Amino acid sequence: MCLAIPMRIAAIQDGVATITSDGLEQHASLALVPDAGVGDYVLVHAGYALTVLDEAEARERLSLFAELEQMDEDADG
Amino acid sequence: MPTARVAELVAELAGERGREATFMEVCGTHTMAIARYGLRQLLPPGLRLVSGPGCPVCVTAIGDLDRVVALGRLPEVTLVTFGDLMRVPASRTTLARERATGADVRVVYSPRDAVELAAAEAERQVVFAGIGFETTAPTVAAAILEAQQRGLTNFSVLSLHKTMPLPLRLLMELGETPIDGFILPGHVSVITGTACYEFLADEFGVGGVVAGFEPDDVLEGLLMLLRQKQPRIEIGYRRAVRPEGNPVARALMERVFAPCDADWRGLGVIPGSGLALRAEYAQFDATARFAIEAGEPDEPKGCACGEVLRGVLDPAACPLFGVRCTPEDPVGACMVSSEGSCAARYRYRDVEEWL
Amino acid sequence: MSSGGDERVLLGHGSGGKLYRDLVRDVFVAAFANPVLERLDDAAALTTSGRIAFTTDSHVVQPLRFAGGDIGRLAVAGTVNDLATAAARPLALSAAFVIEEGFLLRDLRQICASMAAAAAEADVPIVTGDTKVVERGAADGLFITTTGVGEIVVEHELGAGTVRPGDEVLLSGTIGDHALAVLAARGEFKFTADVASDMAPLWGLVSLALEAAGDGVRFLRDPTRGGLTTVLAELAESARLGVEVEEAAIPVSAAVRSVCDLLGYDPLVLANEGKMVLVVAPERAAEVLAAVQSHPLGRQAQRIGAITGDHPGRVVLRTSFGTRRVLDMPVGELLPRIC
Repeated sequence: MCLAIPMRIAAIQDGVATITSDGLEQHASLALVPDAGVGDYVLVHAGYALTVLDEAEARERLSLFAELEQMDEDADG
Repeated sequence: MPTARVAELVAELAGERGREATFMEVCGTHTMAIARYGLRQLLPPGLRLVSGPGCPVCVTAIGDLDRVVALGRLPEVTLVTFGDLMRVPASRTTLARERATGADVRVVYSPRDAVELAAAEAERQVVFAGIGFETTAPTVAAAILEAQQRGLTNFSVLSLHKTMPLPLRLLMELGETPIDGFILPGHVSVITGTACYEFLADEFGVGGVVAGFEPDDVLEGLLMLLRQKQPRIEIGYRRAVRPEGNPVARALMERVFAPCDADWRGLGVIPGSGLALRAEYAQFDATARFAIEAGEPDEPKGCACGEVLRGVLDPAACPLFGVRCTPEDPVGACMVSSEGSCAARYRYRDVEEWL
Repeated sequence: MSSGGDERVLLGHGSGGKLYRDLVRDVFVAAFANPVLERLDDAAALTTSGRIAFTTDSHVVQPLRFAGGDIGRLAVAGTVNDLATAAARPLALSAAFVIEEGFLLRDLRQICASMAAAAAEADVPIVTGDTKVVERGAADGLFITTTGVGEIVVEHELGAGTVRPGDEVLLSGTIGDHALAVLAARGEFKFTADVASDMAPLWGLVSLALEAAGDGVRFLRDPTRGGLTTVLAELAESARLGVEVEEAAIPVSAAVRSVCDLLGYDPLVLANEGKMVLVVAPERAAEVLAAVQSHPLGRQAQRIGAITGDHPGRVVLRTSFGTRRVLDMPVGELLPRIC
């Protein structure tokens, strides 16, 4: 149920993550996913991360991941 | 936008031509996605999609909405709500109208914002209207724990939360409309996992697929349902849903809330299907803190939301649909809620139906 | 009158006496500087030739300032753009201010500077105005009402009544930016996004389109409150024709899309203050699109759809999957959803 979108954790402080997606930046509580780390993609609903997205499963599907791949490629030169 | 994948799935679905099946989705966000992307237009004939009681706003009983309004009228109360509730008709008014006539009603995106508000405005009694299923209830539980941790004494929640699997059991027991399979809620299942749906296959011989919300997610879910040799519960939305769900979120929810009876519009009282704050969190429970006098609920005449929610009545077949009941001037919650079946059908109505 | 940091507008500034004259000279005339205004007549005398267009708008935005501009720029751009929809070159603007007692003079100067800059971009003077000051609490800081007069530069009639099946619908750029910039600045939903209001005077862009099209431009409208959907729905209704648009062709920035996905908004109904919808005869559409794209404010212009004889009065959206649905005007205020 309900709107939730995938966003990437850019930073964490005191259980609250700074999350980003395509030029949007927000904060989300990690109370429901305490083991999430910087760089993880999480599903965000009402200001909370609900789960860490399975990167392997999502790789083909989300433009976020295409972005990540592009970043990887750029880094490898 | 996964256009190519959608085209592939449409072709595969067309390959299942000749199959007659009625699938029910029970998640307002699915109702919305199906309508918004016009997915019914892509399905082979014989495949019918029906909406069930999946919109938490739509299934909130009018009496409960009246209680929210009554709280908002208390002079010391700042009533905080998700945007979804603002325009829903209670017996005699809406929260938007209440705000216009002086009630202190505020809209937030997150329960955390309600906690911040309570911290910032210590002289106000901040009451949060908690609606939503298992996707949202853990977030409200976390907010209550945060309020407790911060020692706030002016924050409370009116819990109207409900849980998902029990209404599905009731629908199957009522047997009013033949259902050959369920498109199961994507984000509720992130929290609950899939074990709670196994009874559908085991006891009723009906399968279910947990689907995501992109058009290809929904079509893939339908294809998986059509291809099930035996009724099973499967996960299509694998990138977000695990069979075990999110145990941390469930633990938070169970720590703060206990099951209680809940009144579902259209379905009546379903024992154990609601969530109430446990006794140890009574100081955060709006029902413990305030005497709420809401008067007799007034179900609008001719409103068929109940039948729509049970999947028995197609929105377009309701005599009020589009005539007396429109998004501008809604009679029932199914029309005003952004993801109610009637609103979805009306706002995103198929071109052919209307021209 | 000094321009000291904390000076505020007082009730006396609105009462027509010396304080008032000082305010007008030191703030408004100083910012808007032009010979007509400097005469400080009660009415500005103008000379025009041919038909004129005439429009007015009140501006009550909160907050007064946000990414991409402020209420002053909004007021000027909004009025210039209304004139542009009548194919009118802006000739002169007026600006009336209702100011809440206690408003900081330096904020007022900044807003006037924005207005002057926007007016210079559109090459139009602000030639007359009025100021009233109301008691604290009686206005939300500042309300601005602008009125504009313009010279219509085309011979032919524009409007919904002239639109025909087969006409092409063009959109000058991305939608949703203004509404979300204001929302972000309000701070109620605590997000920051790579969005800035698009507010800008569009006469330059529109005049290029008119030059390229000859009499092929049939209809112009800027999608402000109610967004693109409202403009198209009103057009369909007035013209008693159908409008078909391609969802995939409508330009939306990635940041706007993300915010909309997060909060449950529909970009098609969000307000814009620097975009134009153009309905153009099919034989001129390609040239008009190229002309619009050649303007800095039109780089992301797209052909988004067409007018049709089918489904008169209705706007139909074709999704990227080839499915179709009807678009209706939005109802009520914009509210974020969790469901």
